[in-house]
Amino acid sequence: MAYVAIADRDHDIEHHDPTTFITKYIWSQDHKVIAIQYSITAIFVGLVALVLSGMMRLQLGFPDSFSFITPNNYYQFITMHGMIMVIFLLTALFLGGFGNYLIPLMIGARDMVFPYMNMLSYWVYLVSVIVLLTSFFVPGGPTGAGWTLYPPQAILPGTPGTDWGIVLMLGSLALFIVAFTMGGLNYVTTILQARARGMTMMRLPLSLWGIFMATVLGLLAFPALFVSAVMMMLDKALGTSFFMPAIVSMGEQLDYDGGSPILFQHLFWFFGHPEVYIVALPAFGLVSDLLSTHARKNIFGYRMMVWAILAIGGLSFVVWAHHMYVSGMNPYFGFFFATTTLIIAVPTAIKVYNWVLTLWQGNIHLTVPMLFAIAFIFTFTHGGLTGIFLGNVVVDLPLSDTYFVVAHFHMVMGVSPILVVFGSIYHWYPKITGRMLNETLGKVHFWGTLLGTYAIYLPMHYLGFLGVPRRYYAMGNTEFMPESAFVLNQSITISALIVAGFQLIFLYNLISSLRNGEKAGPNPWRATTLEWQTPDTPPKHGNWGHTLPEVHRWAYDYSVPGYPDDFIPQNVPADPSIPAYDQGSHGPDHGTSS
Amino acid sequence: MTFALVFLAVIMATVIGWLLRQSLNTQPWQADDPLENRPGRGVIAVEPAKIALLSFIAVATSLFALFLSAYLMRMKMADWSPLTEPKLLWLNTGLLVLASIAFQLTRSAATRGQLPTVKTGLIAGGVCTTLFLLGQLVAWQQLNAGGYFMTGNPANAFFYVLTALHGMHLLGGMWVWGRTTARVLAGADARSVRLSVELCTVYWHYLLLVWIVLFALLLST
Ligand code: HEM
Ligand SMILES: [Cu+2]
Repeated sequence: MAYVAIADRDHDIEHHDPTTFITKYIWSQDHKVIAIQYSITAIFVGLVALVLSGMMRLQLGFPDSFSFITPNNYYQFITMHGMIMVIFLLTALFLGGFGNYLIPLMIGARDMVFPYMNMLSYWVYLVSVIVLLTSFFVPGGPTGAGWTLYPPQAILPGTPGTDWGIVLMLGSLALFIVAFTMGGLNYVTTILQARARGMTMMRLPLSLWGIFMATVLGLLAFPALFVSAVMMMLDKALGTSFFMPAIVSMGEQLDYDGGSPILFQHLFWFFGHPEVYIVALPAFGLVSDLLSTHARKNIFGYRMMVWAILAIGGLSFVVWAHHMYVSGMNPYFGFFFATTTLIIAVPTAIKVYNWVLTLWQGNIHLTVPMLFAIAFIFTFTHGGLTGIFLGNVVVDLPLSDTYFVVAHFHMVMGVSPILVVFGSIYHWYPKITGRMLNETLGKVHFWGTLLGTYAIYLPMHYLGFLGVPRRYYAMGNTEFMPESAFVLNQSITISALIVAGFQLIFLYNLISSLRNGEKAGPNPWRATTLEWQTPDTPPKHGNWGHTLPEVHRWAYDYSVPGYPDDFIPQNVPADPSIPAYDQGSHGPDHGTSS
Repeated sequence: MTFALVFLAVIMATVIGWLLRQSLNTQPWQADDPLENRPGRGVIAVEPAKIALLSFIAVATSLFALFLSAYLMRMKMADWSPLTEPKLLWLNTGLLVLASIAFQLTRSAATRGQLPTVKTGLIAGGVCTTLFLLGQLVAWQQLNAGGYFMTGNPANAFFYVLTALHGMHLLGGMWVWGRTTARVLAGADARSVRLSVELCTVYWHYLLLVWIVLFALLLST
């Protein structure tokens, strides 16, 4: 079959411009609208999870002072907080939000390849969120099994929410996976098949490489969560014994027999570890583009960055059991998984070096997105280093299930990706809305968030070394905890509340800039990638007016010697004497008057 | 987990291998690389729907492989007692093979534009599949009647779950089949349904393969 880029089949693609408010903004098939729907929903549940974390911190900092936080509530808050943050916020926001918005724009396409399926993906996601939140209102409340949902305790009486909560949680996860699969098939197919003329894979901005690989990981790893959810649901609802061992609960011999809780752990972490990279890889990609754009320098080692993403993607499937060192395993397995874990640190470290080298001698603009991007390098390095500690069996054994682990995973997959989310929102908001976010408020938000999160998580490492266990409602009187640890816990709580307060500034900025923000123009950051070269800002339905863009170069032509501007957009032909850059909107033969 | 790992390794190796090939011999920093519009560089010359189907097959493979991994791990526990599969399953297998053959014939007919054959082929494929699904339900009833309840033993539970999962995938296929058949019966041109027919054919062959693996595993354990 002949080589026909979709771009050349443009006339085959029908464009139904939506006409009514409902088709435009609600049942919309436009990837940009879907992206915003995904983002708003994700941020909304994220705020719920933030409030939950505040309540947990109140209890930990000031035990016995808040009667409405019972031990049961505490476990329910932990569980919902963790699950929401990891899956319903970060996964949905990076792939459903940023993926949806950026993929078609960055590859020069009019939309996703299957817009209808894309729309369904959002609505199923919304249902999964509603099902999840419903569990706050059912008898017994949400499940308190911890976000890892380990059996047998996840479905045995004694754990909160074993009547309805766990059922809704499993159902919600299954729905989320269906939604993600519909979206993911779209992202993969669109990146492979709908690239504009000249947009080879190796000219894709790194954002898309990260999103692409994360989607591949998601498509292959979420089934493991699905399998565990289905089998646990059957154990719970029908009384099968996939995971449930013969067990005496509250003095009563239950009907279960012979099941294997370890089997669940394998399935869960077979999904759980790739999940870390499902969140991290898009962050890696986006931050690379932020750094390059705001340092006015090409990304250092583009190909190596791509190869590192591929290597991380492949390796992330063979490290899962480093979450199970304390579950008891053959020492050779432990050795194997420790080794793979350390190996995966190599491509990851390469990326960090390349980010730093990108900054080296760059013309660094300390814009708000850049501040967040640079902060990410710090927090990620920090979290990555503690990961190397925990990857080693002997070091992990005493630290496992302590606050050291909480500190580790919050630095590496809580704070770091969230910083990238913030940086990216400050960066792309002008394209999405046509207006800039307020810079002063942005800087205040940045410093508050960065310093505040360090005030929260640095001391947690120390608490972990002391041996303070995670998932404890209250420590009571213990000998190993010095008085200073209690004081630290108070200061962590206060910092957490302050950090939460700073997010209100961000929300205010998001909303008020919609009306009052400075008008942005098509390309305020003078960036090279295609989304900044659209004829309209914000881009209209169909993105590109009459003619699709044609790509002539990679995404990183910043500060090219001999060229008058310090950036050359991707759709500018090789001969720079042709002045294709026209107000950042379109090349010479891409003119549209609409 | 080894079982699932092997499958995933194959899938990941294919994906990564293809991506890696895109990156070799490129100098991404060069503008207007004369290589860029050469076939094979970049867009794969097939319809997007086929790429989507292949990706979905990768997802389904991951799902089935993980279930089978779980099966193999759970099997080693002491309480496992294998069940005797109903003989009916052999008949069902035959029906699914027939369905696959019917789709294969439909597919060549659709490429050649022979509408009558497309019609009969689609109907035959649909009927065989429906019979297969009904046959699976009957097999469930036979098992139930024989005292092999879902909760009795993990082997039974796995049997029900795996067959249900496979059946549900077929039902998803039947939805596309239904839309295609409706279009053909409403007088659509044979070539206009070629793509849908091709997708169905690939998907049915895949599900036949999955069934054969499942069936072999169920029989042998
Ligand atoms: C200001 C922000 C945050 C605060 C104050 C916070 C606080 C906490 C606390 C106190 C726990 C319970 C630790 C324990 O007792 O074991 C926890 C657990 C957790 N958090 Fe956060 N968190 C925040 C943001 C995030 C983000 C952005 C993520 C996204 C990755 C996240 C992911 C998790 C996970 C996965 C757990 C484990 C839940 C479990 O044990 O089941 N957190 N967090
Ligand atoms: Cu891990």
